[in-house]
Amino acid sequence: MPAPLVSVGLISAAVLGYQLLLMRLFSIVYWHHFAYMMISLALLGYGVSGTVVALWRERMSRHFPVAFVINAALFGLAAVAAFQVAQRVPFNALEILWDARQPLFLLLLYALLFVPFFFAGNCICLSFVCCKAATHRLYGADLLGAAGGCLLVMALLFLLPPLSALRVIAALGLLAAAAGAWQLRLGPRLAAVLLALALVLPFALPAPVGTPVPNEYKSLSRTLHIGGARVLEERSSPLGLLTVVESPRVPFRHAPGLSLNAQGEPPAQLGVFTDGEGFAALTRFDGDFGKLAYLDMMTSALPYHLLEAPHVLVLGAGSGADVLQALSHEARRVEAVELNAQMVDLVRNRHAGFAGDVYRRPDVQVHVAEARGFVAASQERYDLIQVALLDAFGASSAGLYGLSESYLYTVEALQGYLRHLRPGGLLSITRWVSLPPRDALKLFGTAVVALEREGVAQPGNRLALVRGWQTVTLLVRNGEFGAEDVARIRAFSDARSFDTEWAPGIAAWETNRFNRLDQPWFHEGATALLGEDRAQFIERYKFNIAPATDDRPYFFNFFRWRTLPEILALKGRGGLPLLELGYPVLVATLGQALLASTLLILLPLRLGRTQPPAVPRIRVFAYFAALGFGFMFIEIAFIQKFSLLLPHPLYAVAVVLCAFLLFAGLGSRYSERLQGGVWRPVLAILLLAASYLLLLPWLLRSAVALPDALKIPLAVALIAPLAFCMGMPFPRGLAALASHSPSTVPWAYGINACTSVIGAVLATLLAIHLGFSGVIVLAAALYGLAAMAFPNHGAGGVSTIAGSGKSDNRSDRNGSGQA
Amino acid sequence: MTYFAGFILLAGAMLLGVPGTTFADAADSYAVPRARLVREIAAMAAQDQAETGKSISPRVMEALARVPRHKFVPVEHEQRAYENRPLPIGYGQTISQPYVVALMTDLLQVKAGDRVLEIGTGSGYQAAMLAELTDAVFTIEIIEPLARRAEATLKNQGYGKVQVKAADGYYGWPEHAPFDAIVVTAAASHVPPPLIQQLKPGGRMVIPLGSAFMTQQLMLVEKDGRGRVLTREILPVVFVPLTGKH
Repeated sequence: MPAPLVSVGLISAAVLGYQLLLMRLFSIVYWHHFAYMMISLALLGYGVSGTVVALWRERMSRHFPVAFVINAALFGLAAVAAFQVAQRVPFNALEILWDARQPLFLLLLYALLFVPFFFAGNCICLSFVCCKAATHRLYGADLLGAAGGCLLVMALLFLLPPLSALRVIAALGLLAAAAGAWQLRLGPRLAAVLLALALVLPFALPAPVGTPVPNEYKSLSRTLHIGGARVLEERSSPLGLLTVVESPRVPFRHAPGLSLNAQGEPPAQLGVFTDGEGFAALTRFDGDFGKLAYLDMMTSALPYHLLEAPHVLVLGAGSGADVLQALSHEARRVEAVELNAQMVDLVRNRHAGFAGDVYRRPDVQVHVAEARGFVAASQERYDLIQVALLDAFGASSAGLYGLSESYLYTVEALQGYLRHLRPGGLLSITRWVSLPPRDALKLFGTAVVALEREGVAQPGNRLALVRGWQTVTLLVRNGEFGAEDVARIRAFSDARSFDTEWAPGIAAWETNRFNRLDQPWFHEGATALLGEDRAQFIERYKFNIAPATDDRPYFFNFFRWRTLPEILALKGRGGLPLLELGYPVLVATLGQALLASTLLILLPLRLGRTQPPAVPRIRVFAYFAALGFGFMFIEIAFIQKFSLLLPHPLYAVAVVLCAFLLFAGLGSRYSERLQGGVWRPVLAILLLAASYLLLLPWLLRSAVALPDALKIPLAVALIAPLAFCMGMPFPRGLAALASHSPSTVPWAYGINACTSVIGAVLATLLAIHLGFSGVIVLAAALYGLAAMAFPNHGAGGVSTIAGSGKSDNRSDRNGSGQA
Repeated sequence: MTYFAGFILLAGAMLLGVPGTTFADAADSYAVPRARLVREIAAMAAQDQAETGKSISPRVMEALARVPRHKFVPVEHEQRAYENRPLPIGYGQTISQPYVVALMTDLLQVKAGDRVLEIGTGSGYQAAMLAELTDAVFTIEIIEPLARRAEATLKNQGYGKVQVKAADGYYGWPEHAPFDAIVVTAAASHVPPPLIQQLKPGGRMVIPLGSAFMTQQLMLVEKDGRGRVLTREILPVVFVPLTGKH
């Protein structure tokens, strides 16, 4: 039987593209963590295909060419249909803890989305079963196709709105069917018909194009109910969907946390929503700073009262509010860093007149870059580094970003900012007030640790924390605050009815006066975090406020298991907002995936009529499960690690993920020439992973100053040998099984597919607790285990799903996080 | 059956010391679940009182026992109206968790004869609660169809004296100002200065902060006799962030 290599490559490209695209689509419709959960579980469709093929192997093998082509075509059609139907399911994530029907809707969504992955899985699994001699080449085609799919969808998301990109994915599925018909010799006529269908059908379907409709509780949907509000334009990219809205009858008047002492109304504004959420105000500026006086009545204005004509760096400039604030305080020069080029374009070009050319002024320089990387590479020193408040209050308070890695608020990040301050310069970070305090105290603790690591003996003398009714601003000074500084901080706060919760020499009675809380939580927390019993305080706190680090970059995860029963008991008394949803949703995803996988893996053993295979089942299970977990752990951990090296998070997906898949694919093809077991590639993996783990901190430090054009090849060069070796164990093992125990091949495939899905979810969970370094160490152990369990005499990796979960996850998160 | 329901309600009310619940409610098919909800909330409030000394006033509990919440939710959610949970009311808006409504109403300390302004009518339920406490209730809703619907519901349920206006709530309602109490349930990034101006010295304003289905914290704005504005931020629940010490 000729192996349908081209077709398998096309299907893999379509599947990976589909995952990334679904992540994008569902991030617009729902919120990121539910999107992640749905797609992870849908990916188990791959596992189901292993089970189904294991049960009906002989019958399906007999009709392999036809079965292959039908499944490929069905994938293409189901890819569009599943999403269209899914959009009609009235699932509301916000009601999940209130409404017993919601979990059922969620189940329905899994079931719908699972269908296309199942069809695609059938194609690939059947190919492994029926083209035994081509195992390495098939797996190679699978991975190379996925690498291509990753690049393709990134390009598509820049060129087309997401729903239109979905049509291209469907076309790719039908194209794979055409290629299959041709390669499997079903006749040129069928191939031609399928090709024609691929080019016409997806684009002729009577389904909506453009962008999907966000959930009705997203702020965009709510805003559009207001009379006169309308969408001016939409911009879509892998970083997110930007929607510009005007509301002339009821102006936006966005001024978060504005002092109650403020008078007057903010000028006209346009609202810019990211994925239907994350409101940013594009404020009208006519050159009259008097109209921007309200910007002085927010906690984030504090640093300007301590500096003269500062040189300011704004991180996360968005639509320009913080830049305007800097200008209205007579900043000498403002550098603004914004991740999303489309956002910059809206302010600089599209609405330049409305925005008063704020991004074109000679004293303002805008950089499209990732904040952290920009600072690391910058040779400048600033008077003020202002970290803008970009996430929405609602999303933040509901813990929706709990699982997003954020390298903006880690200890290492703060150290980096501090090193870029002039003597006497200030780092200013504003966060929302959550009660009891979470962000603010975590941030304060992070700053204390960063200062200690920089060798500061008395961190408390360099910190100030001011709290308004909705926002809190932390200042970290390069140098100690003097008495005059403290007096100015107090005067600033008093004039605006803000509370100075920490400043050198502040007494407890001076805090918590204007906006009173039951307990002076902020001052008490700050004092405890500066004291000797910091560790004990963090331990006793009911939320996770331990500082985030680059190895555990989960600033927004405040969840603690031991607080869960108390919060649930307070459900009736309005206690649920205390629950940070991100973490429990991840655990729920894992639990469901484990349950479903166990069933899928055990089912063929119960129902199958095969005699005991030549290779012990436990060996087969250990080998393919260890590879499934190990591959995902390493891939996800290194995507995270290398993303710090690259100038823009889009590269982390496009370069790192793509390079991983590409070189693993090449490794798979090469592994055909290997003899014996998999000890050699596994030893190489262990050696490489260990050396990267040791060298990476040094490498990241020395490479930041390199030009971007060199950073990308450097990252690829580092990934290449590791991925090359990781591509070998899976096909080696599968080939060995194919010769010793062919009936076990689909089962092994299913195990690997299931553990890859679980592995992606588990990697995040483990990273929260152990850090990514811990995840890499675990992966190394798993590879060792795999080498020992090699099914008799053969060798190994993991399937396309390799590229799954986490990576798509990132592309979205970058969209929503922006910074 | 209705007699029985009335009996339960009365018994429940007596048990809780909620005076004034009348037999008029007996005609109402949701009297039993409503009484159950009131009991549930009273029990929780009692628990809070044991821990903090603060409780929900009997007048507010009485209002809670009277207002037919099921009339303020869409028909498809009527069955769930007396569960202590927020419910969707369309237009991306929700009706808050009854416990939180009770708490907010209590914080306003509305006396008979007070003038009360509400920004964000939504379903009209909060306005009805306020109308149980005073005769002068003014409410503004930004989404026109919601305003019309709430106005009709309020009228049909005997709260016709509540004045409903579809408008931008930012400027308050100067014609009826000043107000003894203001409640701002509409999402806003800041407290509109006109609303603070329209608050009487000695008046109170309550603003729930959060998102749909989630009231994170309540802000209480108090204007003292000299016109100075002080604020308090309150967690709806009794929750101490540290283990052990307290």
